[in-house]
Amino acid sequence: MIKVEWLYWLVGLVFVVMAVQMAADRSNPRRWTSAAFWGLLGLAFPYGTGVANATAKNGGWTLPAEPLGVAVLALIVLAGFNFLGKGAPVTSTTEEREASATRLGSKIFIPALTVPLVAIVCASVLDTSGLFETGKATLLGLGVGCLVALVVGMLVTGERKLSVPLHSGRSMLEAMGSALLLPQLLAVLGSIFALAGVGTQVGKIVHDVLPDNSKYLAVLAYCVGMFLFTVIMGNAFAAFPVMTAAIGWPVLIQQMHGNPPAVLAIGMLAGFSGTLCTPMAANFNIVPATLLELKDQYGPIKTQIPTALPLLVCSTVIMAVFAF
Amino acid sequence: MIVLLGVVVVILGFVTRRNPVLVVGVAGVFTGLIGGMNPLEVLAAFGRSFADSRSVTVFAVVLPVIGLLERYGLREQARRLIGRLGGLSAGRFLTVYLLVRQVTAALGLTSIAGPAQTVRPLVAPMAEAAAERSTGAPLPERLREKVRSYAASADTVGVFFGEDCFIAIGSILLITGFVNSTYHQNLEPTQLALWAIPLAVCAFLIHGSRLLLLDRQLQREMALAAAEHDLPLPKGTKK
Repeated sequence: MIKVEWLYWLVGLVFVVMAVQMAADRSNPRRWTSAAFWGLLGLAFPYGTGVANATAKNGGWTLPAEPLGVAVLALIVLAGFNFLGKGAPVTSTTEEREASATRLGSKIFIPALTVPLVAIVCASVLDTSGLFETGKATLLGLGVGCLVALVVGMLVTGERKLSVPLHSGRSMLEAMGSALLLPQLLAVLGSIFALAGVGTQVGKIVHDVLPDNSKYLAVLAYCVGMFLFTVIMGNAFAAFPVMTAAIGWPVLIQQMHGNPPAVLAIGMLAGFSGTLCTPMAANFNIVPATLLELKDQYGPIKTQIPTALPLLVCSTVIMAVFAF
Repeated sequence: MIVLLGVVVVILGFVTRRNPVLVVGVAGVFTGLIGGMNPLEVLAAFGRSFADSRSVTVFAVVLPVIGLLERYGLREQARRLIGRLGGLSAGRFLTVYLLVRQVTAALGLTSIAGPAQTVRPLVAPMAEAAAERSTGAPLPERLREKVRSYAASADTVGVFFGEDCFIAIGSILLITGFVNSTYHQNLEPTQLALWAIPLAVCAFLIHGSRLLLLDRQLQREMALAAAEHDLPLPKGTKK
């Protein structure tokens, strides 16, 4: 059975190899600290296997979580105090690319489409075959798809050296910098907030402020609260336990007898509207901006706000009308 | 009450535009400590949740493939392909992409597309090419950025408001996991997925119509830019 942990080791390996390339890249003014950052991040992936085993108590070798915590803090320091640099991008000239596009024609799409096609096959056909760890078929499909696509890509383009894709990928990694790590750090912050009891505190405040038996105000408070808390935390998953413990469950469901699936599903989506509007949701808003080489890193957010606000209104109205 | 200072730290860092990585790190350590955890427990919490959230960084494995193909002219060829297709404007193309992204996400196929996998190598260059073909002139830098931002937004809105219609997605499992364990309920993922459909439809109608309006906006701004620089008007615009 192919395990999701193997995919994490592959990701770690890619980071470590790229870190070695960075250390050797004299065009990068901060090459040693950049290499330290990506190398440490790479090593954190296989180490995380041991930590995850210990948390889930699912057997296998276990490792203490504290050293990984130290590594994460080191990553935060390296990225937070601007120790990450970029080398000169390793790529081809516009003329070379035009020439090779003419030569290859639409064959160049084959490897690019291999990734989603393999992922689809893994998620649908092979999901029930027992080949993949339960519930991880799409994620593993992405990994398998990348490996297959790399082989197909090298065949189609006639590229012999494996260092070429690695160098090109490294340039994209350097362009993204610490934005790549932020989503994972926000997940960390969310769980620390939960452990420290932020949700219970918000609940107490809401309970004191909200007038009794006012259904519409409570719906509004839940949806807007999900929205705002997601904007702050960058992740609806972090906002959901907080706001649901505060208003969703005690007020809307227990006190006002709302339909639980409707209240909770729509509440989560009100949070998703918030994700569209915040730079804290780096993987959806800032990473695309850097990947697309936009000068204005808030470009995607500005485009999304006029969609997010009407959607927040829709969530509130749908919940108020259909959930009770 | 005092743990809410952690939220204040995040807001302050956000407002004063500090490095977000640093803000998150400081807020995490601070909240843990004032929440009554000892330093070792804070470190363990950092390590444990980092290990549990590794899946969000997995998309990095696609970078070498895309890097290789871009070196060999993937974006250039994507532009040419769209340039040849008649009748496809940037807005219509992105609306189709939004629909495809929503439907595939609703079937659980969230990892098949995304900013690194599809938007940078294929969707954005194709949208740009479609915009240039229908306005009949190369896009100025500002409008190019706009088209790229819309391409990114079509992907994000599509996946957000499609995935919740699928029962085995993270957000649905988070809801059932949290509610069933905290409040001793027996919520089924299918009931939740059903309630995500109305908003998926709203999202398609709202964002789809904004994408279609993008064409008219581009047309108008191109005409303005041409007038400012005293250049011939792009074809298809009226005086």
